[in-house]
Amino acid sequence: MDLKLSSVSHYYGDTQVLRDITLDIPSGQIVCIVGPSGCGKSTLLRMLGGLEKPSEGRVLQFGDAPEGCLNPLTYIFQDFALLPWRTVRGNVALVLEDHGLAKAQREAIIANVLARTKLTDFANALHKQLSGGMKQRVAIARALAVNPAVMLMDEPLSALDSQTRELLMDDLVALWTRQPFTAVYVTHNLGEAVRLGHKIVVLSRRPGEVREVVELNMPLAERHHGDPALEAQQQHLWALMRDEAAAADAELING
Amino acid sequence: MVKTAQSEAREVVFRGGGFQPGTRRGVGLAVFVVLILLAEWGTRSGFISALTLPRPSDVLLTFQELYQSGMLFKHLVPSLTRLLVGALIGASLGIGVGILIGLFSLARAGLVPLVAAIFPIPKIALLPLFVIWFGIDEASKYALIAFGTFTPTVVATYAAVDNVDRVLIRMGQSFGLGWWSIVSKIVVPGAMPGILSGLRISLTIAIILLVAAEMLGAEYGIGAYILQAGSLYDLERLFAGVVILSLLGVAVSSVVAAVERRVLRWRV
Repeated sequence: MDLKLSSVSHYYGDTQVLRDITLDIPSGQIVCIVGPSGCGKSTLLRMLGGLEKPSEGRVLQFGDAPEGCLNPLTYIFQDFALLPWRTVRGNVALVLEDHGLAKAQREAIIANVLARTKLTDFANALHKQLSGGMKQRVAIARALAVNPAVMLMDEPLSALDSQTRELLMDDLVALWTRQPFTAVYVTHNLGEAVRLGHKIVVLSRRPGEVREVVELNMPLAERHHGDPALEAQQQHLWALMRDEAAAADAELING
Repeated sequence: MVKTAQSEAREVVFRGGGFQPGTRRGVGLAVFVVLILLAEWGTRSGFISALTLPRPSDVLLTFQELYQSGMLFKHLVPSLTRLLVGALIGASLGIGVGILIGLFSLARAGLVPLVAAIFPIPKIALLPLFVIWFGIDEASKYALIAFGTFTPTVVATYAAVDNVDRVLIRMGQSFGLGWWSIVSKIVVPGAMPGILSGLRISLTIAIILLVAAEMLGAEYGIGAYILQAGSLYDLERLFAGVVILSLLGVAVSSVVAAVERRVLRWRV
């Protein structure tokens, strides 16, 4: 299933946050969206998943979701959005409960995704017992459980420390390599973008416009921390963004 | 001799203590014991006259008498029934209406001013009205207690619903959960801490109203017992009744605490 944004613009009151954005999200690829703060990246993501309506333009979906897909457009949130009163297993079970699946089938899905995210031993742990990295792995397991056609990831690693972030990036690469998924990955971290993106979309500061789309052809599994080619790409992206980010930072929030 | 820059070594002053509530076992009990012993000593030594305060040991004797004559339960059972029925009706209606206000802006716009208007009314003042509406029997007492429990529960509940993390609700929607699932699995458990702390207050108010209702028209009940004792200036009996009320308050509070421990185990 492919997604497409077709000349999308968006306003909050009189403030234009997005201007004429056209973007393809081909299936089986990770599209990273980077941009300075306040450029509307998260708004764009909410539109892709139907949580917000664009003021102008359309969000289109091509083709049907694959068989057995319970929730085609599935989010992974920055602050995890786990229910603290449920265990790891309970949080994953939550999203399966409304689909009329047999109990055995639900249990099989839960066991499968917990194994894939290396959480099997923590199935009965409560939210307060989990580390930040583990919480985000639970959120990833929950997203995998509904077998999404497109994963919409809103700065999924931003709330984590840098070591945990490296580990989770490896986990994401391993998950993708084993079974390629489609994802839109919003981040302000260029290092994450060059590690995970097949396509990196650079947005300008508010109102957000597409400044450049960078395609990276190196297979995900071969990208490593500190790779010179990736470093060069990251420098290129930073050069594109630097002035925008500085200007965005100097603006008043509602100025 | 060359003077070194190094001067005398001193410890950095620690200033990070305090502001950390911890558990101190038995202190609460000790305060009670000390106060009672003080009263006992005062009344025995004549420092406190018998008209000012009854002797704690006499109150205990009265209590014992009350228990042995079987009158204790004759008073306690109807009181507990009234408290249970009234508070149950009031609290469940309050939680229900509070959740509705929290979820629907129409309910909020319509009911919040109404709740604000009836909250400050001393419910005891309405007892004559309740007697006309529900009769002189139990029903009017249930209604009074229910009404008094209702308003604080509503306010606590809708504030608690407002405080549920919107990110969690958005998450539920993004996974395509049904409306009922979002309410029952996300909103209500998320509001639980606020609802329970509201219940602590409304159940205490229920005890106060119970006594008020019984003072105005009941043959048996702790309120009636206290009223009788009071009009005879029988301070021992009066205090025995007051002690029962205090114990009732402590019991209610520990029941809520037990429920909190069970239901809110997930809290940090």
